[in-house]
Amino acid sequence: MTAGESYLIKQISVFSENRPGRLAAIAAALKEEEINILAFSIAEADGFGVVRALVDKPDKAYAKLSARGFNVAFTDVIAVQMRDEPGGLFEVATLLGTAGINIEYAYAYHSRDAAVLIIRVDRAADAAKVIKEMGGKLLSTITIQ
Amino acid sequence: MQCWDPRMEFLPREDLERLQYRLLKLLVCRLYHFSPFYHHRMESARVHPDDINTLDDVNKLPFMYKSDLRDSYPDGIFTATTEDLVRYHVSSGTTGKPTVVGYTAADLHNWTDSLARGLSSCGLGRGDVVQVCYGYGLFTGGLGLHYGAERIGAAVIPASVGNTERQVEMMQDLKATAIACTPSYLLHIGEVAERMGISIKNDTSLRVGILGAEPWSERMRTRVQDWLGIKAYDIYGTSELSGPMFSECSAQEGFHVWGDLALVEVLDRESGEPLGPGEEGEMVVTMLQKEALPMIRYRIGDITSMETDVCPCGRTHPRVRRVTGRVDDMLIIRGINVFPSQVEYTLMTIPEVGRHFQIVVDRKGSLDDMLVRVEVSPEGISDRIQDLIKVRNTVEQKLKNTLNVTVEVELVEPGSLPRFEGKSKRVIDRRNL
Repeated sequence: MTAGESYLIKQISVFSENRPGRLAAIAAALKEEEINILAFSIAEADGFGVVRALVDKPDKAYAKLSARGFNVAFTDVIAVQMRDEPGGLFEVATLLGTAGINIEYAYAYHSRDAAVLIIRVDRAADAAKVIKEMGGKLLSTITIQ
Repeated sequence: MQCWDPRMEFLPREDLERLQYRLLKLLVCRLYHFSPFYHHRMESARVHPDDINTLDDVNKLPFMYKSDLRDSYPDGIFTATTEDLVRYHVSSGTTGKPTVVGYTAADLHNWTDSLARGLSSCGLGRGDVVQVCYGYGLFTGGLGLHYGAERIGAAVIPASVGNTERQVEMMQDLKATAIACTPSYLLHIGEVAERMGISIKNDTSLRVGILGAEPWSERMRTRVQDWLGIKAYDIYGTSELSGPMFSECSAQEGFHVWGDLALVEVLDRESGEPLGPGEEGEMVVTMLQKEALPMIRYRIGDITSMETDVCPCGRTHPRVRRVTGRVDDMLIIRGINVFPSQVEYTLMTIPEVGRHFQIVVDRKGSLDDMLVRVEVSPEGISDRIQDLIKVRNTVEQKLKNTLNVTVEVELVEPGSLPRFEGKSKRVIDRRNL
């Protein structure tokens, strides 16, 4: 196990048709299992989309959604902590740029404790290692899941 | 009245039937002795050439199906040697395998002659300019009509399909008097012409449309005739019969099936018994003079009815009414035959999508539009949108390669398409022909 791996966070990605009620159906399944959604985003193409979410119990979410007939995949993402004040994103983005890390997609969430940027990158484990080495703060897997 | 071969076209009915019997008997003898395929068929059906003693005895002969051609790909049931062949046409197959039709010089002659009679009976001849907007190439439509129109002394514009604005310009500049194309393409040409500020009715010399390769209706005939100021004639054929083969005459009351070339039966779909004039059933065709690829009691799959009285135009050959349906689930999209089984077969080769599908056919403007809805499989799921778009593009490309028709694909959630017990209804046809 390399040092970076404990910072890999399991995102669930759910294929969804682009029509009313689909997000509700996904959310209902998670609610029934008392799964908390920490962050999510929707990416859309014409006719369909992918709902991506960070949840506290990803394995349970995967099982429940699959049982409901949804197509679900796990994706490793990393969660970079940001300072919750003006310039916070700038700092993190500069670090990622300097480190040569290309973001495929990203979304953010904000809680009482932290502002967090979730990024999907190529070779997540390597990226996590570089970010740590350069002094970036990553949320570890256990703090979330 | 224009007429290409008055002696044959007005042959008294008894003489025609006598001729048909002689041709049938000759054909059966020839095939029994020279076609291992049909010899075996006849043996299995316990029929011998000696059993064919009247024209009605045709119903003792075993049927042929599209699958016979597919199974014998490419030329297993040809009865001519390569030295005698002068042309091939190839059509797309139902499960990825195409069917091949070969022609001897006599086959091409008869095919062309059949069209020469038909085109003449629509009032075309020397001095006419025929714009052929069927596809040229492996498809039989373009070359078939091309040579048919040339034989009657008309000038041909071998325009093929596409580049519609240029089609309109050529129609106007070369003073085309007739156009041969699919009915939906003619509607499209009419619309494009109007966008260009040209009225086909008032600004061109067009007076005849030879429309086929896809089903259309009387309602559409009225619309086309009124809107474009032409007379619209139905033409019928399939590559197995040679290609576009039989057209309506000026009476517009069904296409004449030239009895010296083809023997047509209309059978009850359940019992297989022959039906009377006007009764709707499955059409079965025996090509009486084809050399390279004989077709005996070929079940094309079209549902229609036949009239055997003398046509108002005076011709004695039977007329077949407009095709009203199919015995199978074949679709005709922009003039191309499409079987849902082809879609199924193609999807099975793509792990990222499931095997359930739904076909939605619609007419956008005047062109057919085919949408295939498929379920994303667990192998196909990704968090990346571009991966999913890639899956969709792959499916579109593979379907296009198999069907020869551009298809739009919609990815849907697993389990969202209807499941069927027994016969599936996977096609929603919203075209209102």
